[in-house]
Amino acid sequence: MHRHSILSIAKHALTGHRHWPQFWRTPAPQSHYDVVIVGGGGHGLATAYYLAKEHGICNVAVLEKGWLGGGNTGRNTAIIRSNYLNPVSTRFYDLSLKLYEGLSQELNYNIMFSQRGVVNIAHSRAQLRMMNYRVNALQHAGIEAEMLSIEELKFLMPLLRENSPSGRQTFGGFIQRRGGTARHDAVAWGYARAADALGVDIIQNCEVTGFNQSNGEVVGVQTSQGEIKTSRVGLAVAGHSSELATKLGFRLPITSMALQAMVSEPVKPVLDVVLDGTIYVSQSDRGELVLGGGTDVYNSYAQRGNLPRVENNMSELLDLFPAFSRLKFMRQWAGTVDTTPDSSPIMGHSPVEGVYLNCGWGTYGFKAIPAGGLTFADTIANGRPHPLIDAFSLQRFTSGALIDEGDSSGMDDKEALL
Amino acid sequence: MIQIDCPLCGLRDESEFTWGGEAHICRPENPDTVGDEEWGSYLFMRQNPRGNHRERWCHSYGCNQWFNLIRDTVSHKITSIYPIDQLAPESGDDNE
Repeated sequence: MHRHSILSIAKHALTGHRHWPQFWRTPAPQSHYDVVIVGGGGHGLATAYYLAKEHGICNVAVLEKGWLGGGNTGRNTAIIRSNYLNPVSTRFYDLSLKLYEGLSQELNYNIMFSQRGVVNIAHSRAQLRMMNYRVNALQHAGIEAEMLSIEELKFLMPLLRENSPSGRQTFGGFIQRRGGTARHDAVAWGYARAADALGVDIIQNCEVTGFNQSNGEVVGVQTSQGEIKTSRVGLAVAGHSSELATKLGFRLPITSMALQAMVSEPVKPVLDVVLDGTIYVSQSDRGELVLGGGTDVYNSYAQRGNLPRVENNMSELLDLFPAFSRLKFMRQWAGTVDTTPDSSPIMGHSPVEGVYLNCGWGTYGFKAIPAGGLTFADTIANGRPHPLIDAFSLQRFTSGALIDEGDSSGMDDKEALL
Repeated sequence: MIQIDCPLCGLRDESEFTWGGEAHICRPENPDTVGDEEWGSYLFMRQNPRGNHRERWCHSYGCNQWFNLIRDTVSHKITSIYPIDQLAPESGDDNE
Protein backbone atom coordinates (compact mmCIF):
# COMPACT_ATOMS: atom_id res chain seq x y z
CA MET A 1 0.00 0.00 0.00
CA HIS A 2 1.23 3.45 -0.90
CA ARG A 3 1.51 5.13 2.49
CA HIS A 4 0.20 8.64 2.94
CA SER A 5 2.51 11.06 4.73
CA ILE A 6 3.74 14.62 4.50
CA LEU A 7 6.69 13.29 2.51
CA SER A 8 4.50 11.44 0.01
CA ILE A 9 2.32 14.52 -0.48
CA ALA A 10 5.44 16.64 -1.05
CA LYS A 11 6.85 14.07 -3.45
CA HIS A 12 3.64 13.93 -5.48
CA ALA A 13 3.34 17.72 -5.43
CA LEU A 14 6.57 17.86 -7.45
CA THR A 15 4.87 15.95 -10.26
CA GLY A 16 1.60 17.84 -10.00
CA HIS A 17 -0.24 15.03 -8.15
CA ARG A 18 -0.64 13.14 -11.43
CA HIS A 19 0.88 9.85 -10.30
CA TRP A 20 -1.05 8.82 -7.19
CA PRO A 21 -1.72 5.08 -7.43
CA GLN A 22 -5.24 3.68 -7.54
CA PHE A 23 -6.62 3.00 -4.06
CA TRP A 24 -7.82 -0.51 -4.87
CA ARG A 25 -7.76 -3.01 -7.71
CA THR A 26 -10.75 -3.88 -9.88
CA PRO A 27 -10.47 -7.68 -9.99
CA ALA A 28 -12.77 -10.13 -11.75
CA PRO A 29 -14.34 -12.54 -9.26
CA GLN A 30 -12.53 -15.84 -8.70
CA SER A 31 -14.48 -19.09 -8.65
CA HIS A 32 -13.95 -19.68 -4.92
CA TYR A 33 -13.47 -17.60 -1.78
CA ASP A 34 -13.11 -18.55 1.87
CA VAL A 35 -15.58 -15.79 2.79
CA VAL A 36 -17.94 -13.76 0.63
CA ILE A 37 -19.20 -10.48 2.06
CA VAL A 38 -22.31 -9.16 0.33
CA GLY A 39 -22.47 -5.37 0.45
CA GLY A 40 -19.59 -2.97 -0.18
CA GLY A 41 -20.57 -0.33 2.34
CA GLY A 42 -18.84 0.57 5.57
CA HIS A 43 -19.86 -2.58 7.44
CA GLY A 44 -18.95 -4.96 4.60
CA LEU A 45 -15.59 -3.33 3.90
CA ALA A 46 -14.68 -3.07 7.58
CA THR A 47 -15.56 -6.75 8.04
CA ALA A 48 -13.32 -7.73 5.12
CA TYR A 49 -10.50 -5.59 6.52
CA TYR A 50 -10.68 -7.12 10.00
CA LEU A 51 -11.03 -10.65 8.57
CA ALA A 52 -7.74 -10.15 6.79
CA LYS A 53 -5.96 -8.22 9.51
CA GLU A 54 -7.17 -9.87 12.72
CA HIS A 55 -7.86 -13.41 11.51
CA GLY A 56 -5.50 -13.84 8.55
CA ILE A 57 -8.41 -14.73 6.25
CA CYS A 58 -7.39 -12.85 3.09
CA ASN A 59 -9.17 -14.92 0.44
CA VAL A 60 -12.24 -12.72 0.82
CA ALA A 61 -14.52 -11.09 -1.74
CA VAL A 62 -16.70 -8.06 -1.10
CA LEU A 63 -19.55 -8.00 -3.62
CA GLU A 64 -21.22 -4.66 -4.23
CA LYS A 65 -24.15 -4.35 -6.60
CA GLY A 66 -23.58 -0.64 -7.21
CA TRP A 67 -20.55 1.39 -6.34
CA LEU A 68 -18.48 1.24 -3.20
CA GLY A 69 -20.02 3.15 -0.30
CA GLY A 70 -22.93 4.26 -2.49
CA GLY A 71 -25.68 3.06 -0.17
CA ASN A 72 -26.34 4.28 3.35
CA THR A 73 -22.60 4.70 4.02
CA GLY A 74 -22.55 7.64 1.62
CA ARG A 75 -26.01 8.93 2.50
CA ASN A 76 -26.00 9.33 6.28
CA THR A 77 -25.32 12.51 8.24
CA ALA A 78 -22.02 11.11 9.53
CA ILE A 79 -22.76 11.44 13.25
CA ILE A 80 -20.73 9.32 15.67
CA ARG A 81 -21.76 8.92 19.33
CA SER A 82 -22.15 6.17 21.91
CA ASN A 83 -24.79 7.75 24.17
CA TYR A 84 -27.12 4.75 24.20
CA LEU A 85 -29.06 3.27 27.10
CA ASN A 86 -28.70 -0.49 27.55
CA PRO A 87 -25.33 -1.88 28.70
CA VAL A 88 -25.06 -4.19 25.67
CA SER A 89 -25.54 -1.19 23.40
CA THR A 90 -23.26 1.27 25.18
CA ARG A 91 -20.44 -1.30 25.34
CA PHE A 92 -20.75 -1.93 21.63
CA TYR A 93 -21.14 1.67 20.42
CA ASP A 94 -18.40 2.92 22.72
CA LEU A 95 -15.98 0.36 21.29
CA SER A 96 -16.95 1.76 17.91
CA LEU A 97 -16.29 5.32 19.01
CA LYS A 98 -12.90 4.32 20.44
CA LEU A 99 -11.99 2.59 17.17
CA TYR A 100 -13.04 5.74 15.29
CA GLU A 101 -10.67 7.76 17.47
CA GLY A 102 -7.72 5.80 16.11
CA LEU A 103 -9.05 4.99 12.67
CA SER A 104 -7.19 7.62 10.63
CA GLN A 105 -3.88 6.22 11.94
CA GLU A 106 -5.01 2.60 11.69
CA LEU A 107 -6.01 2.94 8.04
CA ASN A 108 -3.38 5.56 7.15
CA TYR A 109 -6.28 7.50 5.70
CA ASN A 110 -7.74 10.72 7.05
CA ILE A 111 -11.39 10.13 7.96
CA MET A 112 -11.64 13.69 9.33
CA PHE A 113 -13.09 12.60 12.67
CA SER A 114 -14.07 15.77 14.48
CA GLN A 115 -15.06 15.25 18.12
CA ARG A 116 -17.03 18.43 18.51
CA GLY A 117 -19.61 17.03 20.92
CA VAL A 118 -23.13 15.73 20.38
CA VAL A 119 -25.85 17.69 22.19
CA ASN A 120 -29.32 16.30 22.82
CA ILE A 121 -32.04 18.75 23.65
CA ALA A 122 -35.22 18.18 25.67
CA HIS A 123 -38.48 19.91 24.84
CA SER A 124 -40.54 18.41 27.64
CA ARG A 125 -40.06 17.37 31.24
CA ALA A 126 -40.56 13.75 30.18
CA GLN A 127 -37.71 14.05 27.69
CA LEU A 128 -35.51 15.68 30.30
CA ARG A 129 -36.23 12.84 32.71
CA MET A 130 -35.37 10.30 30.01
CA MET A 131 -32.11 12.15 29.38
CA ASN A 132 -31.25 12.07 33.06
CA TYR A 133 -31.87 8.33 32.99
CA ARG A 134 -29.61 7.93 29.95
CA VAL A 135 -26.83 10.11 31.38
CA ASN A 136 -26.91 8.12 34.62
CA ALA A 137 -26.76 4.86 32.66
CA LEU A 138 -23.86 6.18 30.58
CA GLN A 139 -21.87 7.41 33.55
CA HIS A 140 -22.48 4.08 35.24
CA ALA A 141 -21.05 2.37 32.15
CA GLY A 142 -17.98 4.60 32.35
CA ILE A 143 -18.93 6.70 29.34
CA GLU A 144 -18.61 10.44 29.65
CA ALA A 145 -21.91 12.34 29.36
CA GLU A 146 -23.29 15.28 31.29
CA MET A 147 -26.56 17.14 31.66
CA LEU A 148 -26.76 20.70 30.34
CA SER A 149 -28.81 23.58 31.68
CA ILE A 150 -30.59 25.97 29.35
CA GLU A 151 -27.79 28.51 29.92
CA GLU A 152 -25.18 25.94 28.97
CA LEU A 153 -27.15 25.02 25.85
CA LYS A 154 -27.32 28.69 24.85
CA PHE A 155 -23.59 29.07 25.50
CA LEU A 156 -22.85 26.12 23.18
CA MET A 157 -25.36 27.27 20.55
CA PRO A 158 -25.78 31.04 20.69
CA LEU A 159 -28.30 31.00 17.83
CA LEU A 160 -30.61 28.56 19.61
CA ARG A 161 -34.08 29.88 20.41
CA GLU A 162 -35.16 28.27 23.65
CA ASN A 163 -38.86 29.17 23.53
CA SER A 164 -40.51 29.41 20.15
CA PRO A 165 -43.81 31.02 19.12
CA SER A 166 -45.05 27.53 18.24
CA GLY A 167 -45.25 26.97 21.98
CA ARG A 168 -42.22 24.74 22.24
CA GLN A 169 -40.04 25.21 25.28
CA THR A 170 -36.55 23.98 26.04
CA PHE A 171 -35.99 22.27 29.36
CA GLY A 172 -32.33 21.32 29.11
CA GLY A 173 -30.22 18.71 27.45
CA PHE A 174 -27.10 16.60 27.64
CA ILE A 175 -23.82 16.34 25.83
CA GLN A 176 -21.39 13.60 24.93
CA ARG A 177 -18.22 15.54 24.23
CA ARG A 178 -16.40 12.67 22.53
CA GLY A 179 -19.13 12.43 19.91
CA GLY A 180 -18.85 14.18 16.59
CA THR A 181 -18.76 13.62 12.86
CA ALA A 182 -16.43 12.00 10.33
CA ARG A 183 -16.26 12.04 6.56
CA HIS A 184 -18.40 9.05 5.67
CA ASP A 185 -16.95 8.40 2.20
CA ALA A 186 -13.45 8.43 3.67
CA VAL A 187 -14.44 5.68 6.10
CA ALA A 188 -15.55 3.44 3.21
CA TRP A 189 -12.55 4.36 1.05
CA GLY A 190 -10.08 3.96 3.90
CA TYR A 191 -11.35 0.49 4.78
CA ALA A 192 -11.49 -0.49 1.09
CA ARG A 193 -7.93 0.67 0.47
CA ALA A 194 -6.59 -1.11 3.55
CA ALA A 195 -8.56 -4.31 2.83
CA ASP A 196 -7.42 -4.35 -0.79
CA ALA A 197 -3.80 -4.02 0.34
CA LEU A 198 -4.27 -7.16 2.46
CA GLY A 199 -5.51 -9.11 -0.57
CA VAL A 200 -9.30 -8.71 -0.32
CA ASP A 201 -11.06 -8.59 -3.70
CA ILE A 202 -13.53 -5.72 -3.91
CA ILE A 203 -15.90 -6.39 -6.77
CA GLN A 204 -18.25 -3.59 -7.73
CA ASN A 205 -21.24 -3.83 -10.10
CA CYS A 206 -21.72 -7.39 -8.93
CA GLU A 207 -25.23 -8.10 -7.71
CA VAL A 208 -26.05 -11.24 -5.76
CA THR A 209 -29.01 -12.90 -7.46
CA GLY A 210 -29.28 -16.10 -5.46
CA PHE A 211 -27.62 -18.62 -3.19
CA ASN A 212 -26.66 -22.27 -3.62
CA GLN A 213 -27.56 -24.41 -0.64
CA SER A 214 -26.97 -28.04 0.17
CA ASN A 215 -28.52 -29.70 3.24
CA GLY A 216 -29.31 -26.36 4.84
CA GLU A 217 -25.78 -25.07 4.34
CA VAL A 218 -24.68 -22.38 1.95
CA VAL A 219 -22.23 -23.60 -0.69
CA GLY A 220 -22.10 -20.67 -3.07
CA VAL A 221 -23.60 -17.43 -4.31
CA GLN A 222 -24.99 -16.64 -7.74
CA THR A 223 -24.05 -13.20 -8.97
CA SER A 224 -24.46 -11.05 -12.04
CA GLN A 225 -20.80 -11.91 -12.75
CA GLY A 226 -21.17 -15.67 -12.40
CA GLU A 227 -21.21 -18.24 -9.61
CA ILE A 228 -18.83 -18.11 -6.67
CA LYS A 229 -18.24 -21.11 -4.40
CA THR A 230 -17.93 -20.38 -0.70
CA SER A 231 -18.97 -21.89 2.61
CA ARG A 232 -19.24 -18.64 4.55
CA VAL A 233 -21.34 -15.64 3.53
CA GLY A 234 -21.71 -12.41 5.49
CA LEU A 235 -24.70 -10.25 4.59
CA ALA A 236 -24.17 -6.51 5.16
CA VAL A 237 -26.75 -5.02 2.84
CA ALA A 238 -28.81 -2.79 5.16
CA GLY A 239 -32.19 -1.98 3.60
CA HIS A 240 -31.96 -4.88 1.15
CA SER A 241 -31.50 -7.58 3.80
CA SER A 242 -35.11 -8.77 3.57
CA GLU A 243 -34.73 -9.41 -0.17
CA LEU A 244 -31.67 -11.62 0.33
CA ALA A 245 -33.33 -13.34 3.28
CA THR A 246 -36.29 -14.18 1.02
CA LYS A 247 -33.84 -15.74 -1.48
CA LEU A 248 -32.39 -17.79 1.38
CA GLY A 249 -35.84 -18.86 2.56
CA PHE A 250 -36.31 -17.02 5.86
CA ARG A 251 -37.87 -13.78 7.04
CA LEU A 252 -36.44 -10.92 9.08
CA PRO A 253 -38.12 -8.48 11.48
CA ILE A 254 -37.00 -5.62 9.25
CA THR A 255 -38.94 -2.83 7.61
CA SER A 256 -37.07 -0.82 4.99
CA MET A 257 -37.77 2.89 5.25
CA ALA A 258 -36.51 5.98 3.44
CA LEU A 259 -34.36 8.21 5.64
CA GLN A 260 -33.65 11.64 4.23
CA ALA A 261 -30.80 14.06 4.63
CA MET A 262 -30.10 17.44 3.10
CA VAL A 263 -27.42 20.14 3.05
CA SER A 264 -27.62 23.90 2.88
CA GLU A 265 -25.39 26.34 1.07
CA PRO A 266 -22.10 26.92 2.93
CA VAL A 267 -21.94 29.71 5.50
CA LYS A 268 -19.39 30.90 8.04
CA PRO A 269 -19.10 28.87 11.26
CA VAL A 270 -22.36 29.16 13.20
CA LEU A 271 -22.78 25.79 14.90
CA ASP A 272 -19.81 23.91 16.32
CA VAL A 273 -21.60 21.02 17.99
CA VAL A 274 -23.84 18.31 16.59
CA LEU A 275 -27.41 18.94 17.69
CA ASP A 276 -29.61 15.88 18.09
CA GLY A 277 -33.25 16.46 18.88
CA THR A 278 -36.40 16.25 16.82
CA ILE A 279 -33.97 16.77 13.94
CA TYR A 280 -30.20 16.44 13.87
CA VAL A 281 -28.04 19.16 12.42
CA SER A 282 -24.33 19.87 12.24
CA GLN A 283 -22.13 22.15 10.21
CA SER A 284 -19.66 20.49 7.87
CA ASP A 285 -16.07 21.61 7.45
CA ARG A 286 -17.14 23.30 4.21
CA GLY A 287 -19.73 25.31 6.13
CA GLU A 288 -22.86 23.53 4.92
CA LEU A 289 -25.54 22.68 7.44
CA VAL A 290 -26.13 18.93 7.29
CA LEU A 291 -29.69 18.14 8.34
CA GLY A 292 -31.63 14.96 8.96
CA GLY A 293 -34.75 13.88 10.77
CA GLY A 294 -36.88 10.79 11.14
CA THR A 295 -37.66 8.31 8.43
CA ASP A 296 -40.49 8.78 5.98
CA VAL A 297 -43.70 7.31 7.30
CA TYR A 298 -44.11 4.22 5.10
CA ASN A 299 -41.74 1.50 3.88
CA SER A 300 -39.83 2.30 0.73
CA TYR A 301 -36.91 1.11 -1.39
CA ALA A 302 -36.97 4.28 -3.48
CA GLN A 303 -33.74 5.90 -2.17
CA ARG A 304 -35.41 9.24 -2.59
CA GLY A 305 -37.12 11.37 -0.02
CA ASN A 306 -40.59 12.71 0.30
CA LEU A 307 -41.77 16.30 0.58
CA PRO A 308 -43.72 16.06 3.89
CA ARG A 309 -40.58 15.01 5.77
CA VAL A 310 -38.54 17.80 4.13
CA GLU A 311 -41.13 20.35 5.25
CA ASN A 312 -41.16 18.84 8.72
CA ASN A 313 -37.36 18.94 9.03
CA MET A 314 -37.25 22.52 7.80
CA SER A 315 -39.93 23.74 10.20
CA GLU A 316 -38.17 22.01 13.10
CA LEU A 317 -34.85 23.60 12.12
CA LEU A 318 -36.35 27.09 11.91
CA ASP A 319 -38.22 26.61 15.14
CA LEU A 320 -34.86 26.00 16.85
CA PHE A 321 -32.76 28.41 14.79
CA PRO A 322 -34.83 31.22 13.26
CA ALA A 323 -31.57 32.78 12.00
CA PHE A 324 -31.33 30.04 9.35
CA SER A 325 -34.56 31.11 7.64
CA ARG A 326 -32.86 32.62 4.61
CA LEU A 327 -30.46 29.76 3.98
CA LYS A 328 -30.87 27.96 0.67
CA PHE A 329 -30.76 24.19 0.67
CA MET A 330 -28.68 22.69 -2.11
CA ARG A 331 -29.14 18.95 -2.08
CA GLN A 332 -31.51 16.41 -0.62
CA TRP A 333 -31.35 12.63 -0.85
CA ALA A 334 -32.42 9.46 0.97
CA GLY A 335 -31.13 6.04 1.91
CA THR A 336 -33.04 2.81 2.47
CA VAL A 337 -32.65 2.02 6.17
CA ASP A 338 -33.39 -1.35 7.74
CA THR A 339 -35.42 -0.58 10.86
CA THR A 340 -36.09 -3.21 13.52
CA PRO A 341 -38.85 -3.35 16.16
CA ASP A 342 -36.46 -2.48 19.01
CA SER A 343 -34.09 -0.14 17.14
CA SER A 344 -31.15 -2.47 17.76
CA PRO A 345 -29.17 -4.31 15.09
CA ILE A 346 -29.38 -7.98 14.12
CA MET A 347 -25.98 -9.70 14.06
CA GLY A 348 -24.76 -13.26 14.13
CA HIS A 349 -26.16 -16.57 12.89
CA SER A 350 -28.96 -16.80 10.35
CA PRO A 351 -31.27 -19.82 9.97
CA VAL A 352 -29.02 -21.00 7.10
CA GLU A 353 -25.72 -22.59 8.16
CA GLY A 354 -22.77 -20.54 6.96
CA VAL A 355 -24.77 -17.36 6.40
CA TYR A 356 -24.17 -14.59 8.92
CA LEU A 357 -26.28 -11.48 9.42
CA ASN A 358 -25.15 -7.91 9.89
CA CYS A 359 -28.29 -5.83 9.44
CA GLY A 360 -31.05 -3.96 11.21
CA TRP A 361 -28.87 -0.88 11.55
CA GLY A 362 -31.78 1.42 10.86
CA THR A 363 -30.80 5.02 11.46
CA TYR A 364 -27.60 4.28 13.43
CA GLY A 365 -25.34 2.19 11.18
CA PHE A 366 -22.57 4.64 10.36
CA LYS A 367 -21.39 5.14 13.94
CA ALA A 368 -21.27 1.35 14.31
CA ILE A 369 -19.01 0.61 11.34
CA PRO A 370 -15.66 -0.12 13.08
CA ALA A 371 -17.14 -2.20 15.92
CA GLY A 372 -19.61 -3.83 13.53
CA GLY A 373 -16.80 -4.85 11.21
CA LEU A 374 -14.53 -6.04 14.02
CA THR A 375 -17.15 -8.18 15.78
CA PHE A 376 -18.70 -9.46 12.54
CA ALA A 377 -15.30 -10.57 11.24
CA ASP A 378 -14.69 -12.37 14.53
CA THR A 379 -18.12 -14.01 14.29
CA ILE A 380 -17.51 -15.27 10.75
CA ALA A 381 -13.95 -16.39 11.46
CA ASN A 382 -14.89 -18.40 14.55
CA GLY A 383 -18.39 -19.52 13.59
CA ARG A 384 -19.94 -18.16 16.79
CA PRO A 385 -21.20 -14.72 17.81
CA HIS A 386 -18.61 -12.35 19.24
CA PRO A 387 -19.44 -11.80 22.96
CA LEU A 388 -20.23 -8.12 22.33
CA ILE A 389 -22.93 -8.92 19.78
CA ASP A 390 -24.40 -12.06 21.34
CA ALA A 391 -27.45 -10.10 22.52
CA PHE A 392 -28.07 -8.74 19.01
CA SER A 393 -28.96 -12.19 17.62
CA LEU A 394 -31.98 -12.86 15.44
CA GLN A 395 -33.02 -15.32 18.16
CA ARG A 396 -34.09 -12.43 20.42
CA PHE A 397 -37.27 -12.04 18.38
CA THR A 398 -38.22 -15.55 19.46
CA SER A 399 -36.99 -15.37 23.06
CA GLY A 400 -38.39 -11.87 23.58
CA ALA A 401 -35.09 -10.44 24.88
CA LEU A 402 -35.45 -7.21 22.93
CA ILE A 403 -33.02 -4.34 23.44
CA ASP A 404 -35.14 -1.22 23.26
CA GLU A 405 -33.11 1.71 21.96
CA GLY A 406 -36.04 3.63 20.50
CA ASP A 407 -35.11 6.70 22.51
CA SER A 408 -31.34 6.59 21.91
CA SER A 409 -31.68 5.90 18.20
CA GLY A 410 -34.03 8.85 17.91
CA MET A 411 -36.82 6.76 16.42
CA ASP A 412 -39.28 7.51 19.24
CA ASP A 413 -39.41 11.30 19.35
CA LYS A 414 -38.94 11.70 15.61
CA GLU A 415 -41.81 9.37 14.81
CA ALA A 416 -44.06 11.10 17.31
CA LEU A 417 -43.86 14.28 15.24
CA LEU A 418 -45.80 13.05 12.26
CA MET B 1 -45.39 12.86 -1.96
CA ILE B 2 -48.02 10.31 -2.81
CA GLN B 3 -51.74 10.87 -3.04
CA ILE B 4 -54.18 8.27 -1.79
CA ASP B 5 -57.72 7.80 -3.02
CA CYS B 6 -59.56 7.35 0.26
CA PRO B 7 -62.61 5.11 -0.33
CA LEU B 8 -64.80 7.62 1.53
CA CYS B 9 -63.20 11.03 0.96
CA GLY B 10 -61.50 10.77 -2.42
CA LEU B 11 -57.99 11.79 -3.46
CA ARG B 12 -55.95 13.35 -0.63
CA ASP B 13 -52.27 14.00 0.15
CA GLU B 14 -50.32 11.39 2.12
CA SER B 15 -49.84 13.79 5.03
CA GLU B 16 -53.53 13.26 5.94
CA PHE B 17 -52.96 9.52 6.38
CA THR B 18 -51.27 7.19 8.84
CA TRP B 19 -49.43 4.13 7.59
CA GLY B 20 -50.35 0.98 9.45
CA GLY B 21 -47.78 -1.48 8.15
CA GLU B 22 -48.27 -4.86 6.51
CA ALA B 23 -51.86 -6.01 6.07
CA HIS B 24 -53.37 -9.48 6.54
CA ILE B 25 -51.19 -10.50 9.49
CA CYS B 26 -53.22 -13.15 11.30
CA ARG B 27 -53.06 -13.45 15.06
CA PRO B 28 -52.62 -17.13 15.91
CA GLU B 29 -56.03 -18.63 16.68
CA ASN B 30 -55.02 -19.98 20.05
CA PRO B 31 -52.17 -17.97 21.62
CA ASP B 32 -51.95 -20.31 24.60
CA THR B 33 -50.85 -23.20 22.44
CA VAL B 34 -48.46 -21.60 19.93
CA GLY B 35 -44.72 -21.85 20.47
CA ASP B 36 -42.29 -18.96 20.86
CA GLU B 37 -41.20 -19.24 17.24
CA GLU B 38 -44.68 -18.84 15.82
CA TRP B 39 -45.59 -16.08 18.26
CA GLY B 40 -42.35 -14.20 17.50
CA SER B 41 -43.02 -14.59 13.82
CA TYR B 42 -46.52 -13.16 14.25
CA LEU B 43 -45.25 -10.20 16.27
CA PHE B 44 -42.10 -9.26 14.41
CA MET B 45 -41.41 -10.98 11.07
CA ARG B 46 -42.46 -8.97 8.03
CA GLN B 47 -42.57 -9.45 4.26
CA ASN B 48 -40.86 -6.12 3.52
CA PRO B 49 -40.87 -6.74 -0.27
CA ARG B 50 -39.15 -4.68 -2.90
CA GLY B 51 -42.22 -4.37 -5.11
CA ASN B 52 -45.90 -4.68 -4.38
CA HIS B 53 -46.75 -4.44 -0.70
CA ARG B 54 -50.19 -5.01 0.83
CA GLU B 55 -50.58 -2.55 3.66
CA ARG B 56 -53.03 -0.80 5.95
CA TRP B 57 -53.67 2.94 5.98
CA CYS B 58 -55.89 5.17 8.09
CA HIS B 59 -57.28 8.49 6.91
CA SER B 60 -56.42 10.09 10.28
CA TYR B 61 -57.13 13.69 9.33
CA GLY B 62 -60.26 12.88 7.34
CA CYS B 63 -62.84 10.16 7.89
CA ASN B 64 -60.56 8.27 10.32
CA GLN B 65 -61.35 4.97 8.58
CA TRP B 66 -58.90 2.13 8.02
CA PHE B 67 -58.53 0.48 4.62
CA ASN B 68 -56.04 -1.67 2.70
CA LEU B 69 -54.10 -0.96 -0.43
CA ILE B 70 -51.38 -2.42 -2.63
CA ARG B 71 -48.44 -0.09 -3.21
CA ASP B 72 -45.14 -0.55 -5.02
CA THR B 73 -42.33 0.14 -2.53
CA VAL B 74 -39.99 1.43 -5.25
CA SER B 75 -42.24 3.64 -7.38
CA HIS B 76 -44.83 4.20 -4.59
CA LYS B 77 -47.53 3.63 -7.23
CA ILE B 78 -50.81 2.40 -5.73
CA THR B 79 -52.47 -0.29 -7.83
CA SER B 80 -55.42 -1.33 -5.70
CA ILE B 81 -57.42 0.01 -2.76
CA TYR B 82 -59.85 -2.30 -0.95
CA PRO B 83 -61.80 -2.49 2.32
CA ILE B 84 -60.07 -3.49 5.54
CA ASP B 85 -62.18 -6.66 5.91
CA GLN B 86 -61.51 -8.04 2.44
CA LEU B 87 -58.94 -10.58 1.35
CA ALA B 88 -56.22 -9.21 -0.89
CA PRO B 89 -57.02 -9.16 -4.59
CA GLU B 90 -54.58 -11.04 -6.83
CA SER B 91 -51.68 -8.64 -7.09
CA GLY B 92 -49.56 -10.63 -9.52
CA ASP B 93 -46.21 -9.78 -8.02
CA ASP B 94 -46.15 -9.82 -4.26
CA ASN B 95 -42.74 -11.42 -3.75
CA GLU B 96 -44.07 -14.33 -1.76
